[in-house]
Amino acid sequence: MMNSASSPDHKRYFIEKLGISERLMERCLGEALSAGGEYADLYFESVTSTSLGIDESLVKSASQGISVGCGIRVLSGERTGFTYTDDLSSDRLLKAARTAALIASGPAKELAHGFTHTPTPALYPVAGATSDAEISEKLKLIQRADKAARAYDSRIVQVRAGFNDELRRILVAASDGTFASDTQPLARLNIFVIAKDGANTARGTSGGGGRVALDFFEGKKSPETFAREAARTAMLQLGAVDAPAGEMEVVLGPGWPGVLIHEAVGHGLEADFNRKKTSAFAGLIGQQVASSKVTVVDNGTMPNRRGSLNVDDEGTPTQENVLIENGILKGYLTDKLSARLMGTASTGSGRRESYQAITMPRMTNTYMLSGEDLPEDIIKSVKRGLYAVNFGGGQVDITNGKFVFSASEAYLIEDGKVTQPVKGATLIGNGPEALKYVSMVGNDLALDEGIGTCGKNGQSVPVGVGMPTVKLDRMTVGGTGQ
Amino acid sequence: MQAEQTAADLKTLASDVVAKALKAGATDAEAVVYEGDEFSALVRLGQVETLKESGSRAIGLRVFVASGKAQRTASTSSSDFSVESIKRLVDGAITLAKITSEDPFAGLPEREDFGKIDADQHLYFDDVNQMPPAERIETARRVEAAAMGFDTRIQNSGGGDFDTATSHKILVNSRGFAGEYRRSYCGFSAMPIAVDEKGGMQRNYWYSVARTAAKLESPEEIGHEAARRTLARLGARQAKTQKAPVVFSPEIARSIVGNIFEAANGDSIYRNASFFCDQLGEQVAGENITVVDDGTLMLDGIGGFGTSPFDGEGLPTRRTVLVEKGVLKNYALNTYTARKLGMKSTGNASRGLAGNPGIGAGNFYLEPGTLTPAELIGDVKNGLYVTETMGFGVNLVTGDYSQGASGMWIENGELAYPVEEITIAGNLKDMYKNIVAIGNDLVFRGASAAPTIRVEGMMIAGS
Repeated sequence: MMNSASSPDHKRYFIEKLGISERLMERCLGEALSAGGEYADLYFESVTSTSLGIDESLVKSASQGISVGCGIRVLSGERTGFTYTDDLSSDRLLKAARTAALIASGPAKELAHGFTHTPTPALYPVAGATSDAEISEKLKLIQRADKAARAYDSRIVQVRAGFNDELRRILVAASDGTFASDTQPLARLNIFVIAKDGANTARGTSGGGGRVALDFFEGKKSPETFAREAARTAMLQLGAVDAPAGEMEVVLGPGWPGVLIHEAVGHGLEADFNRKKTSAFAGLIGQQVASSKVTVVDNGTMPNRRGSLNVDDEGTPTQENVLIENGILKGYLTDKLSARLMGTASTGSGRRESYQAITMPRMTNTYMLSGEDLPEDIIKSVKRGLYAVNFGGGQVDITNGKFVFSASEAYLIEDGKVTQPVKGATLIGNGPEALKYVSMVGNDLALDEGIGTCGKNGQSVPVGVGMPTVKLDRMTVGGTGQ
Repeated sequence: MQAEQTAADLKTLASDVVAKALKAGATDAEAVVYEGDEFSALVRLGQVETLKESGSRAIGLRVFVASGKAQRTASTSSSDFSVESIKRLVDGAITLAKITSEDPFAGLPEREDFGKIDADQHLYFDDVNQMPPAERIETARRVEAAAMGFDTRIQNSGGGDFDTATSHKILVNSRGFAGEYRRSYCGFSAMPIAVDEKGGMQRNYWYSVARTAAKLESPEEIGHEAARRTLARLGARQAKTQKAPVVFSPEIARSIVGNIFEAANGDSIYRNASFFCDQLGEQVAGENITVVDDGTLMLDGIGGFGTSPFDGEGLPTRRTVLVEKGVLKNYALNTYTARKLGMKSTGNASRGLAGNPGIGAGNFYLEPGTLTPAELIGDVKNGLYVTETMGFGVNLVTGDYSQGASGMWIENGELAYPVEEITIAGNLKDMYKNIVAIGNDLVFRGASAAPTIRVEGMMIAGS
């Protein structure tokens, strides 16, 4: 599935197809720094997207969209001037650059001559991505999902499936000489089902994807697999009892429960909150923030993963960043602005939703590394607790550190055995404290199936999460049962 | 930012696109054009941190291709208005429609259903654009400064901001509807951070929003309120796990009541995905509960944030009582879901750039009661006052509700101390029947609003 396409392809798109010459980029950067300012960047983006939906076994929706534009940013100390335009004519770009320039007040900065072209790695396919596939082939995926979910059980009464993909081309040119481009494919298959048994109704969802070619959805990640998973979850929920309420031992299954890591520590380690000292993790580098069994990384270099990027949205190659090592807080996730203000280097974590949004430090694929415990031993060690294997979303207040995540599939553990399924419940904890209660870490690290989206300040970006089976000695579970 | 193409040109463009789609083989077509300008200033610790100023526009096309009594449909969108791009938009939609299924319920609304509110709804005020940038930055600086200066325990800040936005929407279809409207928005907020003697931090925020700068509140008042709300959280502890009455502040009551709109959403109803399925005419809440969606609401002579002359399909907006004295009276419908359910649209179609229309609220609110918030709290011996919820633990299929929460613990009718890191749980079906008291404090700070409410018998999980 890997492709050895090199960066000139991405570059050619903007230069030849959209007429953006290096000379024009230099002129725009010159205008952007015409009122002083230490740094300016241009971010060209072109996104084509397709969305297909099946509902009641009918293909009810099909849409395609094209969005093209450029965001221009000027940094002056801690100040950011930003503007964007969807008109890429040279007049418009130069005018936008002059608008962004006004954040600074000083003599014009001389632009360093020439760009250094950053080579683009090849973590995902460019030619041969799902966006190149025939639309009828994509349609087959959701039709197969619909059929498989309905075949699972006669009590599956409603099935909706959607296939969404996009091809995002970017080019970043900056006054520090950065010149990088990338083509980023992204695909996602989603299934939503309703099960009904008498007066009892339940929902189930599943899906998967990544920066992949269409053949990703053959074999183990087939539409049938995801459809049966959605149907299984819904059927299970039909028989679920009330979740317990209060503090108890909690075991999290491998994979998607890694959303715990994303909320409990990930956001709190984004550098913007830490340089402003508005995060509960500010000033804790080198300190114990988790049990010694916990090591957490954010890794943007995993091939084909939803959260991966060859280069971030500032043109910096992504990397594997160790956030917590054996329980000790090691580092923050930085973009160019926060790195400059904190006197470090960018960790390749500068991301933005689109050319219309301002870059911030963000996560890519964030996960906890495997430990040495056997998952079955972890379950056996619990007298009375909750075993949560799947989650909906989560949320965190980075200032006081409180975070929640909502279990969508969970079971009671009684005397070391997984017993009844329970209804969904929200789990709540405190970021800098929660992971200190990790007492066992399984040897079964898994990443999620590739459907995660992270929101911050109104901007959504695709991310991945993961973890092995983990036992927390205490956590508050928000059920209705006693 | 996009001066060379005037409003008249954009309307002509929308009509042209519809005509081109018909010529290319569509039985019906509908084009939407959005145009918008935005400005935002963020000031932090007295210094300008971010200035953003931009404009953008985009066009969306929806086509229908009839075969017998059924229709196939598809949509395309683009931010590029060049001749070449418009051709791709039209050809792409027609090609895409070929792969979709014939659906007897798909299609534009019937001709006789189109319309718009003729009266001026006062949705657009040019003063929002006329304000000089220096004045906008000064407002952001003032609201933050007021919060920072309120108390020595306010020691840090997420900043003070000031935003303006104006938008222009044009909708044209092949059944004779053509409409447009402009809306303006401005607002500012402060997000102070308070620190207690042990170094524990809390943040909160407060804001003012309006369609015209003339209706904004004073930055000083808003800054002080933000500071009060932040200080109130300092020193918060966990509550014990227990069953107790819960009082929801208006900000949180608004989302609990908002779930009524989501549960009455026609898309969920026809798909069996709501706990309101088959409940029309049934008692779904206490007799004290009346919930209204009003797309025509005027507040002090100015259109509400959910007010518009027509909905996303070109039907006139209207006032719909969803729940009257606890009885579910209406679902919220667009044309497609109305046809599926054998009903009439309630004018709640929402139209994005691409995709089929969804369902959106106008101004959605719970009618107020007579008690003051203090009286509502005063009746509670031991319970929780919730000012913030977190998470995604609301299941509209079953009504199961489980959210993270923070607020104040109530002892003997008084707010005693702040609490956090707790969850509240119940089932919305029961919660709506257990709203035993409703406040008189209905204030619109957005398109939806609710007064303070008290719900009996929720499960609180903590330590």
